[in-house]
Amino acid sequence: MLKFILRRILIMIPQLIILSVLIFALAKAMPGDALTGQLASSPKMDAQTLHELKQKLGMLDPPYVQYFRWLKGLLHGDMGMSIIHQTPVTQLLAGRMENTILLSAAVLILSYLIAIPLGIVSGRWTDSWADKMVVGYNYITFATPLFIFALLMLFIFGFVLGWFPTSGSVDIRVENGTFSYFMSKVNHLILPAFSGAIISTTVTIQYLRTEIIDTKIKDFVKTARAKGVSESNVYTRHILRNSFLPIAAFLGYDIVSLIGGSVFLESIYGYPGIGQLFITSIAQRDFSVVTALVMISGLATLVGTLLSDIILSAVDPRIRIE
Amino acid sequence: MGNQPLLQLKNLRTSFRIQDDYFAAVDDVSLTVNENEVVAIVGESGCGKSALALSIMGLHQEGRTKLEGNVNFNGRNLLSLSTGEMNKVRGKDIGMIFQDPLTALNPLMTCGKQIEESMTYHTSFTGGEKKERALELLKSVGIPNPGRTYKQYPHELSGGMRQRVVIAVAIACNPSIVIADEPTTALDVTIQAQIMDLLKELQKKNETGIILITHDLGVVAEMADRVAVMYAGEIVELADVHTLFENPLHPYTRSLLNSIPSTTDEKERLHVIQGVVPSLKNLPRKGCRFKNRIEWMDDHEHEENPVLREVEPDHFVRCTCYKNFHFPEEK
Amino acid sequence: MVFLKINNLKVYYPIRGGFFRRVVDHVKAVDDISFELKQGETYGLVGESGCGKTTTGRSIIGLTKSTAGEIIFEDKDLTKLSRKDYHNYRRDIQMIFQDPYSSLNPRKRVLDIVAEPLRNFEKLTIAEERQKVQFYIEKVGLSPEDVYKYPHEFSGGQRQRIGIARALTLNPKLIIADEPVSALDVSVQAQVLNFMQDIQKEFNLTYLFISHDLGIIQHMCDRIGIMYRGQFVEEGAAEDIYTNPQHIYTKRLISAIPDINPKNRDKQVEFRKKVNEEYKNSYDKYFNAEGKVYKLKQISNTHSVALP
Repeated sequence: MLKFILRRILIMIPQLIILSVLIFALAKAMPGDALTGQLASSPKMDAQTLHELKQKLGMLDPPYVQYFRWLKGLLHGDMGMSIIHQTPVTQLLAGRMENTILLSAAVLILSYLIAIPLGIVSGRWTDSWADKMVVGYNYITFATPLFIFALLMLFIFGFVLGWFPTSGSVDIRVENGTFSYFMSKVNHLILPAFSGAIISTTVTIQYLRTEIIDTKIKDFVKTARAKGVSESNVYTRHILRNSFLPIAAFLGYDIVSLIGGSVFLESIYGYPGIGQLFITSIAQRDFSVVTALVMISGLATLVGTLLSDIILSAVDPRIRIE
Repeated sequence: MGNQPLLQLKNLRTSFRIQDDYFAAVDDVSLTVNENEVVAIVGESGCGKSALALSIMGLHQEGRTKLEGNVNFNGRNLLSLSTGEMNKVRGKDIGMIFQDPLTALNPLMTCGKQIEESMTYHTSFTGGEKKERALELLKSVGIPNPGRTYKQYPHELSGGMRQRVVIAVAIACNPSIVIADEPTTALDVTIQAQIMDLLKELQKKNETGIILITHDLGVVAEMADRVAVMYAGEIVELADVHTLFENPLHPYTRSLLNSIPSTTDEKERLHVIQGVVPSLKNLPRKGCRFKNRIEWMDDHEHEENPVLREVEPDHFVRCTCYKNFHFPEEK
Repeated sequence: MVFLKINNLKVYYPIRGGFFRRVVDHVKAVDDISFELKQGETYGLVGESGCGKTTTGRSIIGLTKSTAGEIIFEDKDLTKLSRKDYHNYRRDIQMIFQDPYSSLNPRKRVLDIVAEPLRNFEKLTIAEERQKVQFYIEKVGLSPEDVYKYPHEFSGGQRQRIGIARALTLNPKLIIADEPVSALDVSVQAQVLNFMQDIQKEFNLTYLFISHDLGIIQHMCDRIGIMYRGQFVEEGAAEDIYTNPQHIYTKRLISAIPDINPKNRDKQVEFRKKVNEEYKNSYDKYFNAEGKVYKLKQISNTHSVALP
């Protein structure tokens, strides 16, 4: 097992290097840069100073020099400076990362809390009215785009009813560390987390439902029944354990896709996470931030797939990794 | 118990729902199984033999199946029991062996745990006692290293070993009846022989009644005491094994026996039964169901409402068409 | 002229292991086998699952790449032919598969299924093609209108005959039949076996008949090769194998065939016990230190056994 993980991590190195080259090239190929945009807004900035500034920041060096400078920094944990925010990227990300992870975790947990019971009910009692309702619910959530659903939720519960705050991650008036600070965090989290969770239940429900339907006609379930195993135990001990395999296997990928999916949620709810930062940084051509974020999500994808493999091997003895 | 049969099927009919109608896959089957007796049910795919096995155990999908008639066991009609009551019979009084050892065991559970499971429901054994019994069972089904297999998962065993574990699961609580649904079909020849010998040995030792479901007449000849031949949901012939192989009467039984490439008279042409097995929906429900597959026989040879009749002591045949039956190539 | 001669055929699959997934060993699916088929005969390849019989068949028809050895068909070594030359020989060798349910594409009409080899090798007009397909469909006992139907409209036996019709369209010389009747009921099995014998005479076919069922092999085959773990343990005329088996593995296989006469059942159990005893006691006589069988040795004109 340890050997397997170690080998996978070693394979990640060339993958990450290729990724870094691609990201850097794409970022450089984007039209425009962070400074030119400021030229119009700032009267002190003329073409001469702009050129000097660019020279100072190394923006005129040949691309490969820039790349290796960037890579060298990356290896030292330095992701460069954000030109727009005038702060180191690492510092900029730290607080937002925490928010995004919090939001993603909330979405993931809520999504499973909703999807697993629904999936079980619908798979176990196929063709019942409950199943039909779950399937109907699934059609709706599948067809509804996240950004429309999130906007709708924001409008109803945030603006019309006024139950939840409409932007930010915490009330700036409360003091950090107090109980009311925590409650404020939760309060800001509920609406975006629910919107994200409801839309992301579709796949889990669908998988669980079809897996249960497939598993319950398998021979080993007949064997279990022929042993006199009670109906509820036939489900808990035999059918469900086997039906959860693909969902467990997807857990790793799910985590990754949630971090990616947070772009919409954070933009709509004005939630200060990395997704929101990503959008604004692209618009402002803040390259060091964009490249850092893409690098991080690339790494997360690789870690996520590894995580999925590890989880699967832990729950399924047939693919146990030596 | 004396001469009382262990299990008695009376006019059992199992119907499946197709669209909005029910079609009988097992039709009016009456059969007894005695203590220490192997009763084989033989027939080709779609004849209803597996449906019959599942009916006895009550394992058909609810809502899609209709069961009529009686399955008498220990003075009770199993068909009238609730699922909870039936669960006390399954595994304890009646054990079941399935065809494919690859799929009949839960891939996520160790073999030991799967054997112990039925003891959890039917005995008051402690954990240690269950393990002891499981190891003993593994040994009795010929597993060379019970301690190791106890901890292994099904995928770690070969097909033959897995089928032994399946047998151990079925006999864990010493059932008086074991239903074996094609227990050797998915196995290699040499393994098949080993499993046949093992089943016979266990049956003699425990005096179990076995219902052996198979399509293989060779397996029947080696294992059965009595044989019921099924065609299109009905028993067409029922006799003890020697009578059946020496003096088969029903045209279907005779045709089947003639279509086996036997090891004694090689190279002769095999008999081919004309036509195809009718599907459940298109099954002729009136008259002799085998009629359209022996079209060279005159209509008046058949009975209008064929019944299973005792034509000599303990030898039952359905329909009168057997009396003058001949193969087309004989005339 | 040599019709089909297999010389020292090997098919190995690498096993990878260790940190860098290097090849540490090989699975020897087929390990150095040689045999010969004469035109017009039926040669049976018997053994249990995993013995390499199917791999042998597949490598002769080119579905599996051989690791070493020669496959000489009509004096040409198929393993050394260029792609183009190989294509020409490929039409003379056809295959019938085991499962009539999965070997026919369910979305294609019978016409398209049967015509597929024709389309690969011959340029025919639509009318010619249909005529040819209908000719063979009639040969296998179906009606010409059936070519417009789909596979699910047929029974298992009929499907297997459609598979045979497909194999016949190019007028092949050799047909490799891999467990052609294992998935079929006894009575349907009889139909397909009879039919295979009929067309063998009519089209002068040679069969390589692969099966695990010794009853069927005896019924169909003139000569038989018994395989065990990728190697031959015994080879001979059907009579040699069934009446005078020499290798312990052959004896085990034969003793395992259920006897159709219930009177013999106790005898059969005894026989099996005896063979098993012999298997245990004289293992060293038949297998070398690595558990492998020895090279084949001829013991009569028609009969060879793997003995030291």
